[in-house]
Amino acid sequence: MADSDVRFVEIEKLLSCVHCGLCLPSCPTYLELGTEADSPRGRILLMRALEEGRLRPTPEVTRHLDSCLGCRACETACPSGVPYGSLIEAARPFVEEHRPPVARFLRWLLDSVLTQPTVRNVATAPLRLLAGKPWTARFARATSLSLLGYAAALPEWRGVTPLPPVIEPDRELRGTAVLLTGCVAHSSFPQTTVSIARLLARAGVRVLIPPDQGCCGALSLHLGNDTRSRDLALRLSRHVSEDEADWYVTTAAGCGAHLREYGTLLPNDSGAANIGAKARDPLDLLAELGLPAPQRPLKAKIAMHDPCHLLHGQGVKNAPRELLRQIPGAELVELAEAEICCGSAGTYNLTEPGTAGRLLTRKLADIRASGADIIAAANPGCLLQIRSGAILQNMPVQIAHPIDLLARAHGLGD
Amino acid sequence: MLPPGFAQRMRGLVGTDGVVDRPESLLVYECDGYTLERAAPEAVVLPRTPAEVAQVIRALWKDGVPFVPRGAGTGLSGGTLPVEAPVMVCTSRLQKIESIDIANRRVVAQAGVVNLWVSRAVKDAGLHFAPDPSSQNACTIGGNVAENSGGPHTLKYGVTTNHVLGLELVLPTGEVVQLGGPVEDRPGYDLTGLVVGSEGTLGLVTRATLRLTRVPESYRTFLAVFDSVADASEAVSGIIASGIIPAALEMMDGLILRAVEDAFHAGLPVDAGAVLLIELDGPEAGLPSQSEEVRELCKAQGAVEVRTARDDAERTLLWKARKRAFGAVGRLAPNYCTQDGVVPRTQVPEILRRISATAEKHSLRIGNVFHAGDGNIHPIILFDERNAGEVERVLAAGTEILEACVALGGSVTGEHGIGVEKIAQMPLLFSPEDLHAMATLRSVFDPQRRANPHKLLPDSKVCVEARAPRRQAAM
Ligand SMILES: Cc1cc2nc3c(=O)[nH]c(=O)nc-3n(C[C@H](O)[C@H](O)[C@H](O)COP(=O)(O)OP(=O)(O)OC[C@H]3O[C@@H](n4cnc5c(N)ncnc54)[C@H](O)[C@@H]3O)c2cc1C
Ligand code: SF4
Ligand code: SF4
Repeated sequence: MADSDVRFVEIEKLLSCVHCGLCLPSCPTYLELGTEADSPRGRILLMRALEEGRLRPTPEVTRHLDSCLGCRACETACPSGVPYGSLIEAARPFVEEHRPPVARFLRWLLDSVLTQPTVRNVATAPLRLLAGKPWTARFARATSLSLLGYAAALPEWRGVTPLPPVIEPDRELRGTAVLLTGCVAHSSFPQTTVSIARLLARAGVRVLIPPDQGCCGALSLHLGNDTRSRDLALRLSRHVSEDEADWYVTTAAGCGAHLREYGTLLPNDSGAANIGAKARDPLDLLAELGLPAPQRPLKAKIAMHDPCHLLHGQGVKNAPRELLRQIPGAELVELAEAEICCGSAGTYNLTEPGTAGRLLTRKLADIRASGADIIAAANPGCLLQIRSGAILQNMPVQIAHPIDLLARAHGLGD
Repeated sequence: MLPPGFAQRMRGLVGTDGVVDRPESLLVYECDGYTLERAAPEAVVLPRTPAEVAQVIRALWKDGVPFVPRGAGTGLSGGTLPVEAPVMVCTSRLQKIESIDIANRRVVAQAGVVNLWVSRAVKDAGLHFAPDPSSQNACTIGGNVAENSGGPHTLKYGVTTNHVLGLELVLPTGEVVQLGGPVEDRPGYDLTGLVVGSEGTLGLVTRATLRLTRVPESYRTFLAVFDSVADASEAVSGIIASGIIPAALEMMDGLILRAVEDAFHAGLPVDAGAVLLIELDGPEAGLPSQSEEVRELCKAQGAVEVRTARDDAERTLLWKARKRAFGAVGRLAPNYCTQDGVVPRTQVPEILRRISATAEKHSLRIGNVFHAGDGNIHPIILFDERNAGEVERVLAAGTEILEACVALGGSVTGEHGIGVEKIAQMPLLFSPEDLHAMATLRSVFDPQRRANPHKLLPDSKVCVEARAPRRQAAM
């Protein structure tokens, strides 16, 4: 087959899977469903059959590819170095074309709502009334409606505090970071963005916050819209690529992992290459730069949930634990299966509610068994997912972004 | 062909999502870790509890349908290949560790529990499940029992059968029997021992009572570097002859070293001819003197360097490199086939010579990474299925190597089992009378050959008819 005959990915990449099965138990959907077509090995074989033209993207095939969280836990487990994440991302737009029109439209709509600020603001206006209110939580429990659970899990709406375009460091300058506020992240958890800006300044970082940033394109790609995803990435890179920046940071691990791929995504754009090369998780950066000892105690048992896009997507595991351990009074405990996805996975909880719900139940059981008072999750999606579950089950556990916990301990939060 | 209404009846037993029967979704079940032969089943059934397994198998018995058990499908001898058995019964939903008894050092685990989960569950008590196949983060207890799996630490701690106290087995009729039990050395026939290693041909194991072992107090892990495979093999013989029993004694040759270093950056000497990974364990007090002795023995056999892992992190890295070596080989060639044979320890140098002669004869590259202390070799034959005639040469080379093992007084499998891959070699090891006796024994459990038919024991019919046409290119 000539190069031009590639349907969506070069066959060599798919052939790097030797069918050993070592990735199986790392895959959350395989763990829950037990069906191998819902495992990395099974999906790679389906993609290979699609690429070779042996199979067509029937609803059955699409179902197994859709059930993939994109969590990339399989990449961490695979000894052969199979680039699973890039394989599934290449396959998604291909199957998208073959979806029935109604399903395609709904996914397009979801993509539009989430990634365009004006549309999102209109569409989510009713949510603001419900967000974070105790009665929303009670109502959610009474009706067992998971969507209400999500609403209750959001912080109470207080408007988005605009941040100044530049925040100067509190101490000797260590470098300059561009803070990407993230579209969904910032409008749902504005406080976390403020927290990280202050913490970075405390660590000696000059923080640049370009206004009117827009979305990084991660969600669009997840929904199989690679054209929009690339447009958004191009727009962002035009807007925020700064020569003086040493790092690009975001509080959403999903966006952070995506930024790292910018170089491959837009091979001919120097701005994108710059962002891709300098993307850095802010907790990892803080742990490296070091912070003065936090003063405010927090007497609690804290357990980390490892967001997939932080652990498997960016290889960050110890940094947040090290930072939290410094808080006086804090005791770190480990969550069983901390590395297993909570079911949030970008828009997965909206498009695949069944499996997402099962993974959430699994996560909540592990949380209960750990005896933790606080679960720290460094990604807005995980925060919402786990918190909504805890609310629906009326569990006495707090779910927080480690950045907010840290900011409070450093006297920088609310 | 399945009887009419089969899927419907099964769904009644295991739930609507517990039966896979669409061709797209069955594709992945066409092979396990042994990819040279492939055939998809007509249906896969996924029971959620041991009780459901019994119901499913009873229904299969009534319908007259033979079945294949499957765990994680990491097997390397095609044990899960459906041969005249249209239904696969998969244990992936039997994930519960049912009870943990720290005081008496035992656990009861369902068949689908992953090997490593057991050790993880009892880690805080300073215990572990000793058999540690390199696939331990994926393979299941049911698979370990069926294959009598071992691992690098088998040298000192034995294989699966040494760590299984009792089993629950569903016979091909659907009848449930309990074998062995929580106490050691029960009187009467050792039926547990019979079922361990039976490769799913006596029924489906649903639960196992496993023995836990204390995690050693201390370790010393060495990397001994040699100019040639021959020197390294002599060192193996030297260490064993000295009476020291290392916890593990593993060899990697130059070809493998370079692939592994590429993948894991463990600081391995890429220009060496071979290395030995040697581990001593036990009470701290005994280790310094033994360590010294091992160093001396290696030096005496021409080791150019003997490194000691400085800390736990370095030890972990060395083991990661070793345990994931098969995977790293994927970087050397698009396809590979791992052989598994045994020779008496003293014949390790000779078998390695013969392997390299075979490689030359068939113009193939063959790497070696194996349990040297047990004489359990794993030649890895590299190839590219897209090159004409290469698959045939791989099969021929594999056969030659196994025949050499037998000629040297060894066996055709150390730990990966017979499956379909090595069924043709069974007559090399056993006389027709032996094989007949085994077939008679099997008939006590499975007179109608309903459980994993045409595996383990050659029956002349299938050997000739079904095998050859199923041979397809590897993937
Ligand atoms: C990279 C790699 C490294 C490996 N390293 C080792 C090693 O170091 N040592 C070693 O011994 N093996 C090794 N293996 C082989 C394999 O992992 C083992 O044989 C393992 O025990 C198989 O377990 P499984 O759950 O994958 O079984 P499967 O592959 O699913 O099945 C294997 C056989 O067991 C039968 N079976 C499975 N479950 C049951 C049950 N509940 N009841 C009855 N029969 C059943 C099946 O029918 C089949 O015949 C390795 C494999 C790979 C891919
Ligand atoms: S993805 Fe990697 S770990 Fe999984 S089956 Fe393929 S080679 Fe093995
Ligand atoms: S990305 Fe996650 S869900 Fe998808 S195959 Fe890999 S481990 Fe499974």
